[in-house]
Amino acid sequence: MSTKIPQDKLASQLSAVGYVPDRNLVIALWMMEKLSRPLLLEGEAGVGKTEVAKALALAHNTKLIRLQCYEGLDQNSALYEWNYQRQLLAIKSREGNDASLIEEQIFSEKYLLERPLLAALRQETAPVLLIDEVDRADEEFEAFLLELLSDFQVSIPELGTIVAKTIPRVVLTSNGTRELSDALRRRCLYHYVDLPDIDREARIIISKLPYIDAALALQIANMVSMLRKEDLKRIPGVAETLDWAATLAGLDIKHLRDEPELIYETLICLIKTTEDRSRITREVSDRLLGLVA
Amino acid sequence: MEKTLGESAREKLVRFARTLRDNGFVIGFSETSDALRLMTGSTSERVSLLKAVLRTLFCSRHSDWEKFDEIFDAFWLNKGIKSTVRVTAPFNNYPRSVMSDSLKAGRAIESKPADHVTRSDEDDASSERGQSKREGASRTEVLSQLDFRHLTNPIDLKTAHELAERLAKRMRYRLTRRMRARHSGKKLDIRRTIHKSIAKGGVPFELAKRKRKDRPLRLVMLLDMSGSMSLYSATFLRFMHGVLSSFKEAEAFGFHTRLVHISPALRERDPQRAVERMRLIAQGAGGGTRIGECLSVFNRWHAKRIIHSRTCVMIVSDGYDTGPAKGIETEMAALRRRCRRIVWLNPMMGWTGYTPEAAGMQAALPFIDLFAPAHNLVSLQALEPYLARV
Repeated sequence: MSTKIPQDKLASQLSAVGYVPDRNLVIALWMMEKLSRPLLLEGEAGVGKTEVAKALALAHNTKLIRLQCYEGLDQNSALYEWNYQRQLLAIKSREGNDASLIEEQIFSEKYLLERPLLAALRQETAPVLLIDEVDRADEEFEAFLLELLSDFQVSIPELGTIVAKTIPRVVLTSNGTRELSDALRRRCLYHYVDLPDIDREARIIISKLPYIDAALALQIANMVSMLRKEDLKRIPGVAETLDWAATLAGLDIKHLRDEPELIYETLICLIKTTEDRSRITREVSDRLLGLVA
Repeated sequence: MEKTLGESAREKLVRFARTLRDNGFVIGFSETSDALRLMTGSTSERVSLLKAVLRTLFCSRHSDWEKFDEIFDAFWLNKGIKSTVRVTAPFNNYPRSVMSDSLKAGRAIESKPADHVTRSDEDDASSERGQSKREGASRTEVLSQLDFRHLTNPIDLKTAHELAERLAKRMRYRLTRRMRARHSGKKLDIRRTIHKSIAKGGVPFELAKRKRKDRPLRLVMLLDMSGSMSLYSATFLRFMHGVLSSFKEAEAFGFHTRLVHISPALRERDPQRAVERMRLIAQGAGGGTRIGECLSVFNRWHAKRIIHSRTCVMIVSDGYDTGPAKGIETEMAALRRRCRRIVWLNPMMGWTGYTPEAAGMQAALPFIDLFAPAHNLVSLQALEPYLARV
């Protein structure tokens, strides 16, 4: 008996919840579990980084706690905040009492508002904590995050230190708008999410739209993959492929080559800038269609 | 039954980690020990699995991710390209065909004067022919020194300093969305107001305020000191001197065939000593340029420490480069990701009928936020409003 990587188990769990995983990603997710380290996912916009965390939460049947990062995000909105209205009320209603007593009361758990990070630390079962687009937050926040991710405890001055009940599974995503610090990168496992290949994309379409014809799904995946090779400003992501597939299925199209005009018109699901629109003319669309077997 | 790893396998893993480090990966002790933990049992026997595990563990950015497979195959599967991959240390972003060139040059940047460098001209022979005159000039390092006496010319120095100071005042701060407690702030800091009101029975007598935090903008200047720039470098040195004394955070570098950190010399109070130090630094100035390689050295050794997201990088160069344009492109892309803005000042643009045709300039253009002429202090002054907006 040996310690075999239970990747197949995790892979089947993931596909059971409708996510078609890439083999390397499954290994990365398994390692994340094994080493209890956060996983940093990088990749172009639209390749389905956020989906990974959602699927992971579903597969483990736990809560997904999401923190969307933005510039200026601070501890108050990421970690905790006091409930000021209730505090003010409490002070008023206890007027005349000893000040230190009031202070003790209004800075207690009852008046604490949990924000995503604190919520993730206080779950009974280990949740999936998704820190989305971490590159949008500024360096100060990154430093704070680093501390949190290594100790899994935070101190609230008025209340004391809160230690995580369970270590959450942390998934960070980045679009690369800003270079992340090496310290944060070193703390995390790394996986680069690429656009799916034709076969995987077809399987994704089938898993999300079970009513679609398998042959059509493969044609769609083929067409999108060829479209991505054209010189486009904005390369369509997986979500757009799904939109398009749903549209075509709704129009009751059986074979892409049957309806070249409709195909061209519905390309607006995939192509979203005027430049790209003018680049993919009817001729280009027909040429690509001709290549789709 | 959990098999522990044999001594030889351990050693091999450590050697692999070292090879990766030589290729620019950041790998610490914790990564290798985690790898050992995972490499028990069947993991180590299935190569594809081992590869996936180690890749996830050892990579920390996309460029690592792209290189990893090749290094792994060379190391563990003896694909016969071991030596090539192994020695590519300083230039991790180069495609392999140009690696060997840049490697030789790279070593030279660090250790030897450039005239020891013999470049092999396999790939870019055609592009070189087009600029053969410049190429020839730049292969040997000119050992004559630039005259830095004008750095002490009081009138010019004063103008340069005044300009730098004005710029510094306008560029210094960038507003952030982060708030900090301030008496004069416009917004109410509820948290602290409540804290203060407890002692007054809940009546907020004292209001705590907060306002946006100002943070200084950092200016990093890279000055081309090669032969083709010799007419202008003196002017810019003066400007840099002014910038260093009036900016809170600024750094200056010079480059020709090597990259030199010149801020310590420029910060020298005593002008005589500053000139003396600059003379030493300028050894090799006035010769050729290797922009791509100097940028690579900058990215590798200085960028991490010096550049943060509020940094504006100002490159002053004519874009004539002896290295392959591809090198400039990858390094500019890497630099672009790190900093806030890249300003490229090109003195040649002041000439009538100039178009940025130099291959290096062409490669750099997509990554530049502001591309402007600057051939003397007057043109720099004209730039002031644009620079201040950065």
